[in-house]
Amino acid sequence: MSNDLGTLKKSDVAIVGVGITPFGEHWDKGLRELVIEAGFAAASEAGVRGRDIDLMLVGNMSGGMFAGQEHVAALVADFLGLNPTPAVRVEAACASGGVALRQGYLAIASGLNNLVLVGGVEKMTDVGGGWATSVLSGAMDFEWEAYFGATFPGIYSMIARRYMHEYGLTRDQLAKVAVKNHYHGSFNPFAHYRNRITVDDVINSSPVADPLRLLDCSPISDGAACVLLTSAENAKKYTDTPIIIKACEQASGTLTLFDRRDICTIDATIDAANKAYLNSHISPRDVDLLEVHDCFTIAEILALEDLGFCEKGQAGKMYDEGQTYVGATLPVNTDGGLKAAGHPVGATGVKQIVELVKQLRGEAEKGRQVSGAEIGLAQNVGGSGATAVVTILERGD
Amino acid sequence: MTMYGVPSHWRRYKERYRLSGTRCETCGNIYFPPRKVCPHCRREGKPVSMNFSGKGKVYTFSVIRVPSEGFEAYAPYVIGLIQLEEGPKVTTQIVDCSPEEVYIDMPVEVCFRKLREQGKEGIICYGFKFKPTTDAILKK
Repeated sequence: MSNDLGTLKKSDVAIVGVGITPFGEHWDKGLRELVIEAGFAAASEAGVRGRDIDLMLVGNMSGGMFAGQEHVAALVADFLGLNPTPAVRVEAACASGGVALRQGYLAIASGLNNLVLVGGVEKMTDVGGGWATSVLSGAMDFEWEAYFGATFPGIYSMIARRYMHEYGLTRDQLAKVAVKNHYHGSFNPFAHYRNRITVDDVINSSPVADPLRLLDCSPISDGAACVLLTSAENAKKYTDTPIIIKACEQASGTLTLFDRRDICTIDATIDAANKAYLNSHISPRDVDLLEVHDCFTIAEILALEDLGFCEKGQAGKMYDEGQTYVGATLPVNTDGGLKAAGHPVGATGVKQIVELVKQLRGEAEKGRQVSGAEIGLAQNVGGSGATAVVTILERGD
Repeated sequence: MTMYGVPSHWRRYKERYRLSGTRCETCGNIYFPPRKVCPHCRREGKPVSMNFSGKGKVYTFSVIRVPSEGFEAYAPYVIGLIQLEEGPKVTTQIVDCSPEEVYIDMPVEVCFRKLREQGKEGIICYGFKFKPTTDAILKK
């Protein structure tokens, strides 16, 4: 695998504006309204005019299956008033947003673009639950997993069961992931769910795919998020508090769970993280907070280990000790994560970046702001681990 | 319900009916489903078709209670990763037992079953599932 841009890199990349819609059920908004809301928020924050944007990228998993709409990038560019700016849809299932961000990062770093709007959007609640489950199962191998009756929660449940078997993770430890994320979400005005829950609530919620229950699963949400990228040297034109993308790396793994070297490890996360640490000269101990892809509670456990924040098999203990709360040693998913903030799949990877930017600027709401945060890391996963994007951000002022 | 045309099922029937895969004659690695390219040897690989014995054990499993469209009639059903005795794993349903009887390392063998129907007009999809061997449940 070749290294990153290396000598081709022309400049560092800065985030100069962010925007997000509340996540949840938006009966009154379609895909286009969601993106417009987030896009305008990002552009307004930076004082950017539409004609200055020279590339629009939009992460979207399945506009076609969820909302009957393909050609999403053209729709978005049109209704944001950006024509004739080129617009590209980026799809990598639940990692669509993260991969879109990386394409924007490459466009600026290479010097080929000056100002890139990266969005992510999913409109999921116009269809019923059975159909949504089917659409999401397209993130795995349709012919050899979904065809045989595997669902997405089912795939992660099989990981959870094997992990519990190998490492002794308890049902309570798993529940504590969701409890913590709902606690953080209670402070986030954009979160889909702002209610606090208990371990008992999780383990008594309705079974979805044993051993995972409803409150182990991220919800089906509508929402959009956008970030505006430019070169670090231009950043001060738009903001006093640019956030620098120190690394944005991506790796691929097997599409099916059954082909993995180890189903309790997402190798793509490890590969992307190692490149990100190498290229940024930042190590896990330098990181102040994390946004990880907790599509299911077990996924957050794997993420902490695969990203190098604890030894294999040890992440469960961090939840017994409360280490992942804001104010503790390693705050994880300060916006509530996918579990509580919601998971409009194409938007999630961009939403994670919006949250880190707010945190690093010191602009997060009381109760979830990590004091003095300088460096944040985001991990966005597609499918059961076939795509992973790891991004490291640092304050640039 | 989305229905894909008959050829989309037909082109996979050998693998789904017989549980066949690929062995690379260069490195000896065995793959399921069949691959045209050995990910280990790539251009130097010589993938040839092979049939699996149909014996294996449960590597992990889940009980699906909220199914995808087309599987409602079967819920709750057990889905598992089966480790084949030749090495590769497959994802499929574990049948002829109750969810409570399934355990990790349970010996299982392949069987041929209906996977689902696609409404009144679509074709009926068949393929392999796995069931406990005769003494598997006693071993628990």
